[in-house]
Amino acid sequence: MRNPFRTEEEAFRFVWLTILYSGLIVAGSFINAWVGLGVFVVETAAVSWWILSRGRRERPVRQIPPPHPEGERRILVVANETVGGAELLDEIRRRSQGVKEHVLVVVPALNSPLKHWTSDEDDAREAAQQRLEASLAAMRKSGIEARGEVGDSDPLQAIEDAIRTFAPDELIISTHPPERSHWLERNVVGSARERFALPVTHVVVARAEAGVPAGPEQAPSR
Amino acid sequence: MSAAAEAHGHGHGHGDANLHPPPIHYSSRIAPQIVGIFLFIGSEIMLFGSFFTVYFFDRVVNNTHPWPPIDPSTGHQFERPWFVALVNTCILVTSSFTMHWATVSIKRNHRAGLQAGMVLTILLGLTFLLTQVIEYHRLGFNTGDTSFAATFFGLTGLHGCHVFIGLVILTVMAVRAFRGHFSPEHHHGIEVGGIYWHFVDVMWIVVYVTVYIL
Repeated sequence: MRNPFRTEEEAFRFVWLTILYSGLIVAGSFINAWVGLGVFVVETAAVSWWILSRGRRERPVRQIPPPHPEGERRILVVANETVGGAELLDEIRRRSQGVKEHVLVVVPALNSPLKHWTSDEDDAREAAQQRLEASLAAMRKSGIEARGEVGDSDPLQAIEDAIRTFAPDELIISTHPPERSHWLERNVVGSARERFALPVTHVVVARAEAGVPAGPEQAPSR
Repeated sequence: MSAAAEAHGHGHGHGDANLHPPPIHYSSRIAPQIVGIFLFIGSEIMLFGSFFTVYFFDRVVNNTHPWPPIDPSTGHQFERPWFVALVNTCILVTSSFTMHWATVSIKRNHRAGLQAGMVLTILLGLTFLLTQVIEYHRLGFNTGDTSFAATFFGLTGLHGCHVFIGLVILTVMAVRAFRGHFSPEHHHGIEVGGIYWHFVDVMWIVVYVTVYIL
């Protein structure tokens, strides 16, 4: 859902919508009290449906990356359990050839819905931090310069946050194969291609490298 | 070639690291100032909601007929000055226009527009408040005259308090505007104050329709 008081302009628009909303109820109630009640119910249902459906279509503001020095390439890597996979490391190496690469690895702190809604995310962030450190060690071994951070539990939100601070030239999303990937089931890659104005590469890692701890046991729904 | 993990998540079970709060983790989707005013408005809606609950309890659950009820001291129905309140509504809606004009002006680096918009908004807000005070004096009933009178003064008075607070905020904004504090790039003070003023306007429309019309 989109906050109607996000900006002064939207709040101003909300004033007019309130006038329209109230005006129709008043007009209905002048005919009959029950007509007024009916208008209120119909309007409220329509507005609720509109807000919820509009919220799902909301797009983030597209970011324009700042100019980078000649020959520099910024690669944003988003992965969870597959973060140390050989396929991913190969892809990063391939992308880094002939340029001075800057790699930011973001590992979303995946959490169960119950823990997410109760703000119990310490364990999820701790586990994500461990996966991140293990993957950075694997990258270091492969000769890839990288830094990393734990991101939002929602992978798309984690990507958006990183785009704003890191301004990447491209995005690599690493997942398990389709039969065992929650992210593919939720169309994270497709949504990222739709939402973000930068090249998105999808890498499927058949088996994560040994030493990278697994994610939470419960299927993350966010 | 080197790899480095940022410090997120460190400190769990590592001695004195637990003495410090965890690193701040917030979304970049929305500015913290806007989140602040949104939470504030959320709490305000709950406050108004509690007053509306009392009003509708009195009206619906008590099942008072007719509505407004009979004034025991005169034997006639309480009269709600809907026309004066309608004029007041127009004044407040106009003040939303001038507030928006002020915001648009500073975004376009039109300082005179910002200053004029702020002054006009304050004047319209003062007019609204003054009209409401005069209306209170001429109503002919007081807070102690039945539960209808109590809820009437409760809701309109609560809103009046918000207009007063809004006027204080607007005055601070206006002083800053005249001191040249805002720019097209940095005008959060105007933006947030404007959101509050529009919220006060929205609440008045709801109060007016509920208390004076329906």
